[in-house]
Amino acid sequence: MAEIIQEEKAGGKRKAKKHAPHIDMTPMVDLMCLLITFFMLTTAFAKAKVMNINLPEKIKDQKTEPPKIVASRTLNIILGPNNKIYYYPGVIKAEDYNNLPPLAEADFSANSNGIRQLLLERNRTLFRKIDEFKKESLKAKTIAPPDSIAKSISKLKTDDDTGPIVLIKAYKKANYGNFVDILDEMSICGIARYTFVPIAWYDEKMVETAAGIASTVTTPVKK
Amino acid sequence: MPKIKLPTKSPHIDMTPMVDLFSVVLTFLMLTTTMTKNEPATVVTPSSISEKPTPDFNTMTLLLSSDDKVYINFDNGNDTLLKFRPKILTEMGKRYNLEFTATELREFEKFPSSIGVPILKMKDFLDTRDQKIRKALETGIPIDSTDNQLADWIFCTRSVNPGVEACIKGDQKTTFELVQKILDIMADKNVFKFNLITSLEGAKINLAEIQK
Repeated sequence: MAEIIQEEKAGGKRKAKKHAPHIDMTPMVDLMCLLITFFMLTTAFAKAKVMNINLPEKIKDQKTEPPKIVASRTLNIILGPNNKIYYYPGVIKAEDYNNLPPLAEADFSANSNGIRQLLLERNRTLFRKIDEFKKESLKAKTIAPPDSIAKSISKLKTDDDTGPIVLIKAYKKANYGNFVDILDEMSICGIARYTFVPIAWYDEKMVETAAGIASTVTTPVKK
Repeated sequence: MPKIKLPTKSPHIDMTPMVDLFSVVLTFLMLTTTMTKNEPATVVTPSSISEKPTPDFNTMTLLLSSDDKVYINFDNGNDTLLKFRPKILTEMGKRYNLEFTATELREFEKFPSSIGVPILKMKDFLDTRDQKIRKALETGIPIDSTDNQLADWIFCTRSVNPGVEACIKGDQKTTFELVQKILDIMADKNVFKFNLITSLEGAKINLAEIQK
């Protein structure tokens, strides 16, 4: 409007328009740039993922006995300090308390010293079964919905009676990252049965001997 | 010799395609955006191969920072009318003989990130707007056996919203002592199912090597 009035004052000369009126878009572009930058910086693209874990129920009633598991299939994994993993098979009997066996050592890498090799070795039968099933479902002409595949795999897992039963324990100097990593290894290796249990005093003692830390554990008095 | 015409105007760049593109990007970002929450402590979550996304509603998130402080966060439920957060705070206030005003409850309802304030300081925290004072008040939720406020928070949350799922967001360097304490407190309150919040990572398994 203002421009039109000015032009009339100037003498009422009307310029014949040659071009379409040109809108200056620079301020708009500036604003858009700002908005885009703002949104780009505040957006969370990758949504965080979650990993489920079920812990064993706490036994509050003294009379109920904890479930028994086969010692030959049991594998104890203890998360130690400095990202180390210690493990021993089976169970430690009461008569061995004064003469604790040495612990085997592993780490989180995927090479020969890693815990993954050991788990895959022990879980070979089940892992192969799951792998074959996955391959077959890929080859199959009809595409099965992912729900039913997951169901079949979990059925394979519950039916399995060869794989190890892994008891995960953590020494107090371990960190949360180790805990998540070991649970991750469980799902990578397709371990059917694993749980997290509180660490026993003899486990702590063995870790301290293996890692060369001064012992902080007091041996409980026999009842 | 013909006269060379000099351009009287500076060359004009046509910005229309650029503006078009910008509009598209801007619209996309505006529609897809979920704001990153500014958490009181920076936490580097460990990575895993899990592909399950974090649930949007009915969660109770415990944030364990690398310096072993505990923060807690809830959501308001999938319907804004449910107003879980102020209800939880009222419930919590009853246990500690604290009366929260409507403005304080409103402030708590809208608070976007995790809170790590002992309940007795909660009034001061909600009344002030000064970020520095707020920061100083966030000393983590007490979890000692003498003053176990975390257990009370969990209890109140579960009584207000029975379908709540526990999520744990820990830093890689959080000591296991703290995690063990949290797990014990949860087990005492009959929470055995957890979601551990992780970031995604690719894992490679070499099958040929195993079959050897």
